Amino acid sequence: MYASRGEPRRRTPILKYPSLSNTQSCLMYQYDAYDQKIVEERARQFRGQVSRRLSGETTENEFKPLRLQNGLYMQLHAYMLRIAVPYGLMNSRQLRKLGHIARTYDRGYGHLTTRQNVQFNWPTLESIPKILDELAEVQMHAVQTSGNCIRNTTSDPFAGVAPDELEDPRPYCEIIRQWSTFHPEFAYLPRKFKIAVTGTPSHDRAAIRYHDIGVRIVKNAAGEHGFEIWAGGGLGRTPVIGKPIRAFIEYEHLLSYLEAILRVYNLHGRRDNKYKARIKILVNEMTPAKFTAAVEAEWLHLKDSALELTRAEIERIAKDFAPPAYETLEPVDLVGAELGKDRDYARWLKQNVQPHKVPGYKAVVLTFKEKENPPGDVSDTQFDAVADLADAFSFGHAVVTHTQNLVLRDVKVSDLPALYRRLVELDMATANYSLLTDIICCPGLDYCALANARAIPVALELNKRFDDMDYLHDIGPCSVKISGCINACGHHHIANIGILGINKQGEEAYQLTLGGHDSDSASIGRILGPAFDEAGVVDAVATVIEVYLAARSSEDETFLECYRRLGEKPFKEAVYAGD
Amino acid sequence: MRVIKDRQIVDDGWELLPADAEIPPSGDVIISVAAWNSDPLAHGERAGKVGVRLQSDELPEQIESLDRLPLIAIEFPKFADGRGYSNARLLRERFNYRGELRAVGEVLRDQLFYMARCGIDSFALKPGKDIEDALSAFEDFSVSYQAAADDERPLFRRVTR
Repeated sequence: MYASRGEPRRRTPILKYPSLSNTQSCLMYQYDAYDQKIVEERARQFRGQVSRRLSGETTENEFKPLRLQNGLYMQLHAYMLRIAVPYGLMNSRQLRKLGHIARTYDRGYGHLTTRQNVQFNWPTLESIPKILDELAEVQMHAVQTSGNCIRNTTSDPFAGVAPDELEDPRPYCEIIRQWSTFHPEFAYLPRKFKIAVTGTPSHDRAAIRYHDIGVRIVKNAAGEHGFEIWAGGGLGRTPVIGKPIRAFIEYEHLLSYLEAILRVYNLHGRRDNKYKARIKILVNEMTPAKFTAAVEAEWLHLKDSALELTRAEIERIAKDFAPPAYETLEPVDLVGAELGKDRDYARWLKQNVQPHKVPGYKAVVLTFKEKENPPGDVSDTQFDAVADLADAFSFGHAVVTHTQNLVLRDVKVSDLPALYRRLVELDMATANYSLLTDIICCPGLDYCALANARAIPVALELNKRFDDMDYLHDIGPCSVKISGCINACGHHHIANIGILGINKQGEEAYQLTLGGHDSDSASIGRILGPAFDEAGVVDAVATVIEVYLAARSSEDETFLECYRRLGEKPFKEAVYAGD
Repeated sequence: MRVIKDRQIVDDGWELLPADAEIPPSGDVIISVAAWNSDPLAHGERAGKVGVRLQSDELPEQIESLDRLPLIAIEFPKFADGRGYSNARLLRERFNYRGELRAVGEVLRDQLFYMARCGIDSFALKPGKDIEDALSAFEDFSVSYQAAADDERPLFRRVTR
């Protein structure tokens, strides 16, 4: 039973590691005096907004959009504060600050979100201005992490290190962050607005097709890099796959093109019904062709304006993302190591250690999906521990993934055994990245006032059911995502196996969807049949997996491939066999 | 009525008429786009000025003879309805409107900074709100990243970063 969430959490021992000498190299965007001024003035502004609310000058109705645009969201029991982590990237100082906030202002833990942000569930309203001051000290803020405005720009968690990347997308993410931060025209949009950018056209790890705007760095026939623009994707009550609206736009026109899309949306998006207010509805109601024509017409007015990006500005920002001082190392083949005697280590190498563009380095995923851990929850001491590990092994940085995990991006292969040993000591070495128990899960009825059903207990039950690591690895890649209501914050539509909590005659019940996918061959999952109770849905997932294992053409055929080959029939027959 | 104009509190006599109201022979009045468009020249001959109210579901290109208007009121029927921000920028930046742009409707202190950046220069605050306190809203930020009606250059073109 998952009711005692407010009690003190298991403490992870704090270990101290020697710091690398070069952890001071920046590797991420560094605020200049202008950026710093803006976050400090924001903290001051919000302090005034809170005091006007507390004095009664501002009504709760008037205060709501102000607090939302500062990431302050009213949940079932308390305020939740969502802190922006632009494209998920943090340095160790910021990680320690989050640990400190968890310890000082919350109940000892925070939560990694599907927008690569971090949220805290229990701060008091009075403490928020103080937290914002503390965040500003480490170049962080909570700007536009909720509300009907442009939200945190997300990206590929392996941006900058992925071997298949065409160009590092993060400088463009930062350019979009600055453009969208307190944009005076787009603070009161019809609905929230999400932008994702990927620099790997051959493999989308940022789910750009499910964003209001998806940006993909591509190469044109002349070999120049530019952007392919998608629009009108989104999840929520009506999941829609985005449409490509512009095949190629030169880099200097990025902001003018985004501004044109936002203006068309702001003026013409529906405001009569919040469930029909996202840009996906506008694109569909106008038709993609007419929407695109409207954007292009607006863009003609803007393209030669001062919004045009300069090479100097791109270089100013890109230099902060310059690679760290990698050593020149021999490429190392991990296959030999995987065959070692330590099966747990071999599994971890195979699953959580990901390719890196520099020979002798790997990216390592730390999954926050251990047995009794609500997916994505990170304790104060874990934040500190990850900061220490980042300093010791990964140039002092870590990235939040949209799957609610953390990545150490730059680990030397020769350091993997030492890193692994320390992760085992910290109980953070679960080898389940992108496997069935690497579950995305919304807060559900444990926290959220919108939810119809609890989501976290279902995830924990699935963890228990699939706790045999040999079995889990035999199943192979399989995404499971759980939403506690039709607003779909757990992204169940785009899971290979999706679970949706509903209210069935006053009881919590769960629908199963199969066949969703969030990457290049994007698809939306289909409801398999009538809903189950909590135990029933866990049984149903187990049955679906048994059908897959018996039916797959080889060990290489993934669950998704098998489902697409066979269709839903054998799964449906097996799951509802007793009915 | 007390309004904020060019960042000062002033009294002025503009009267916002309901859409279907009869237009009085004198006095400064703000009328609907449709009423204005029916005969822009005739309105210029009455005793008293005439301005137009642009509702949030109307667009600037619907207003005829823009350059004859001393004032356009941008309506914010609800503070969460953000269409007026785009309309204000379009009027300033695309239609080069140089008269007074007044925010009317549910106009609150915490929207003023954005409204001013979009080219709105006068503000009829929602009744009951502290107009003196609202004056300080223009100082909320001393730096902005974006190009807007108040400066066509984004920050990276305004300063050496």
